Amino acid sequence: MIKAVSPLDEVHDDEPPVERRMVHVRVLRQDAPGQESYWERHAVPYEPNMNVISVLQKIAERARAEDGREVSPVAWDCNCLEEVCGSCTMLVNGRSRMACSALVDRLLAESPGEIELRPMSKFPVVRDLKVDRGRLFRALERVKAWVPVDGSYDHGPGPRISPEEQEDAYPLSECMSCGCCLEACPQYTKIEVVRRDDESEADFEHRRAAAYDRGFLGAHAISQAVLFNGHPTGKMIADERLESLTSAGGIQMCGNAQNCVAVCPKHIPLTRSIARAGRAATVWAIKKLFDR
Amino acid sequence: MSQGRVLVIGGGLAGLAATMRLAELGVGVDLVSLVPVKRSHSVCAQGGINSVNALTRQQGDTEWKHFDDTVYGGDFLQHQPPVKEMTDWAPRIIDLMDRLGVPFNRTPEGFRDQRRFGGTLYKRTSFAGATTGQQLLYALDEQVRRYEVEGRVKKWEFWDFLEPVLDDAGRCRGAVCQDLVTMKFHAFPADAVILATGGCGLVYGRSTMSMVCTGDAVSRAYQAGAAYGNGEFIQVHPTAIPGADKLRLMSESARGEGGRVWVPRTPQDSRDPRDIPEAERYYFLEERYPKYGNLVPRDIATREIFDICTTDGLSVEKDRLCVYLDLTHLSREMLDRKLGGILDIYEKFQGVDPRAVPMKIFPAVHYSMGGLWVDYERSADGGMVEGAVRNQQTTIPGLYAIGECDYQYHGANRLGANSLLSCIFSGLFVAPSIVAAASAGKSAGEGSGRIFEATLRRQEQRHEALLSRRGGDENPYALHQQLGNLMTRVATVVRRNEQLAAAYGEVCELEGRWQRCSLSDSGNWTNQNVVFMKALGDMFPIAKLILKGALLRDECRGAHYKPAFAMPGIAATDPVAKRLEAEAWCDRFEENTRRWLKSTVARHGADGHPQISYEDIDTSLIPPRPRLYGLVGGDVIEEVWKERSQAAAEHAVPAGAGAPVGAGV
Repeated sequence: MIKAVSPLDEVHDDEPPVERRMVHVRVLRQDAPGQESYWERHAVPYEPNMNVISVLQKIAERARAEDGREVSPVAWDCNCLEEVCGSCTMLVNGRSRMACSALVDRLLAESPGEIELRPMSKFPVVRDLKVDRGRLFRALERVKAWVPVDGSYDHGPGPRISPEEQEDAYPLSECMSCGCCLEACPQYTKIEVVRRDDESEADFEHRRAAAYDRGFLGAHAISQAVLFNGHPTGKMIADERLESLTSAGGIQMCGNAQNCVAVCPKHIPLTRSIARAGRAATVWAIKKLFDR
Repeated sequence: MSQGRVLVIGGGLAGLAATMRLAELGVGVDLVSLVPVKRSHSVCAQGGINSVNALTRQQGDTEWKHFDDTVYGGDFLQHQPPVKEMTDWAPRIIDLMDRLGVPFNRTPEGFRDQRRFGGTLYKRTSFAGATTGQQLLYALDEQVRRYEVEGRVKKWEFWDFLEPVLDDAGRCRGAVCQDLVTMKFHAFPADAVILATGGCGLVYGRSTMSMVCTGDAVSRAYQAGAAYGNGEFIQVHPTAIPGADKLRLMSESARGEGGRVWVPRTPQDSRDPRDIPEAERYYFLEERYPKYGNLVPRDIATREIFDICTTDGLSVEKDRLCVYLDLTHLSREMLDRKLGGILDIYEKFQGVDPRAVPMKIFPAVHYSMGGLWVDYERSADGGMVEGAVRNQQTTIPGLYAIGECDYQYHGANRLGANSLLSCIFSGLFVAPSIVAAASAGKSAGEGSGRIFEATLRRQEQRHEALLSRRGGDENPYALHQQLGNLMTRVATVVRRNEQLAAAYGEVCELEGRWQRCSLSDSGNWTNQNVVFMKALGDMFPIAKLILKGALLRDECRGAHYKPAFAMPGIAATDPVAKRLEAEAWCDRFEENTRRWLKSTVARHGADGHPQISYEDIDTSLIPPRPRLYGLVGGDVIEEVWKERSQAAAEHAVPAGAGAPVGAGV
């Protein structure tokens, strides 16, 4: 006999809510760009296996702060909830990480009492925990992070690649553009460009892109340059990538703090990529000098 | 070549593939997505992508066999020409993705490695670790970024598609979308609009799908008049990790690489699973399906896992239904190399190392086989005519659908590692059709601004009305949970008419309560509250067409299982009686095929209820046959069935030679 309640439901729904343990959360909120930020406290009922996403979902559902005031739901980015899309980066207890894989039990064990949520500090705040990471994607354009194929028509298979080469490339290709490495990097500083009243959308975007392009590329983009310079077809434009890596905001800005590799949720060997890029850039610069 | 623009909604695999191909063909593309396209749900696909390959070819595999496996696995509920075209293209698609730099796993000699997936006996699945979807998506994202730099593509990320703009003749001329940061509206004129917006898992509350998979874009097209096909066919993946916010996928590749599913023979055996001896473990899939073992098609694996826990009472835990998925007999080195990504997910979210301790898993809603009804033009050889304007076009001219949001490729059940293929294929294949449509279609003409303004105003008014609702006593997030629990209870693994009928009424009631929701955020800056409200409101029409389609379909087919209409195997043991039963079984199968081998087509009625009709299916290439995976007495049924098909074929040969001489003539 099959029970009327589907097993796809969690069973804990029927448990009586007797003196439920609460999870206390402190959120740094900001209503819009250019506005003052402020702290707000929330409390939601504890459940086993909770993560920061389920805490934020419950905050949205309650729509009340801990003191009972009606408040708007906290804004934040998320999508896959399994740490592969890169959306939900935020500062959880001061550390840049993915909200989906930040488990409440562990957070409370490392810092009992309260969980603190803040937006990333290196990107402009859009609202609350949601930031604008456009600069991160712009950096992928700067280093031409793609294989320059002729097109999508059939030309047979790609190049033969040894298992060793594949195993070298695969971890770099797992980069989900979350930005944790940038948040942790001392050399990556915030660039916030505000649209002027008399400025057209296109002019603003142009000015913002130019500002981004003067800033540091960041570990993620350097690692992507290494990935594509290692690919048999990708390396056909290796010089163009090296040009980007050695121009303003390039690899020379890296201060070797090695924070990037320590916070990367995918354990990508970012410092190895930076070292490789550095060597390649040096060789290329010398070659360029002699080729002149 | 068109000088106009095309609007692509959705930047997952299908949307990016279409965008890349269109840009290459010289068409300007506006690409609209709820999230930065690199964060689309396609990243969650883990296992791989299917194609006949050099190795399987030498073992007797062909494109035709891949085609056959796909329609057999889908219980013959899909039109065959599009599927044939897709499986014919598959080897070229893998080659293309290989050239784009996807780090497919390699053999020692440097060729692409393949693994075996469910529903086939060949190692057809190319893979990149356990994050194949992510890797494929990134390769397309990179190519689209390249075209973006060249100015051929403009991305509109964090934008929500609200409504297609139709002219007086009912042709799609563009769409109205909303900026999710500034909340401003914008009308996009376009020669054609392509929806590539994925599945509707959030209608079930928690599923393996990402948070953007609300089905809202598809629902909006449906409410604007597009037909929806096979809505009741929802794939429940056999193996997911239960969680409070989401049910996380545990890829079929875990079984493809040798993972074994079992439960202790003693109900709720409290011992550590590692201490339970082999003899006391019930490897129920291997015992019941000796040919396919742990790799039976998904609908069957799901039902078996469900049944072993509910009917047989052998769930591993008492309070939570789950079975073991065991990898601990495999080498750590191999597991890390081939499955590292998914095993890390398990460890990260459950705090247990699956290389050392068997995982606990249970089925979860995973994929929508149904979706917007789309057309195709059949070619003389039984495939599709490349570049035909009809391909992938919905019932609204000028509005196209590709990827998971169309109903075209997977019938009643999708085979593992076929979705990445169908997404990329439909994306690439639609592009020349769009070019043809754009050059053939008359322009919207003078004065067409009126239709854009009208749609824009309607959406602005809907938005304002939601923002200004006051004093409602309902909470949209709580309503969503109720909808999800209801749908999960009645419209997943096992379906019963009385439950479906009751649930339909409950969904209508929930929809009524939605009208009484008020927002906790009435502002006009990055208001996620109102965006969720709209998405929730648009889930009800989809929920209703799923329930009604399921209610009306009195049979079992693929993912749609109604015990009241199941066709059990052969009970007799005596050869003669067995034979008779098999004959009766085949009679019933033929009758059922006549009655039910039809696509369900739902149209949104003016009264808000779906109007259901049925469409005949083109099964001209492979005649439907019983799906007999593991059925008791399947060998006898197969024998009878073969005799009947041969007899039918012999009758069919002398075409025009007069009426066949048969019994009773």
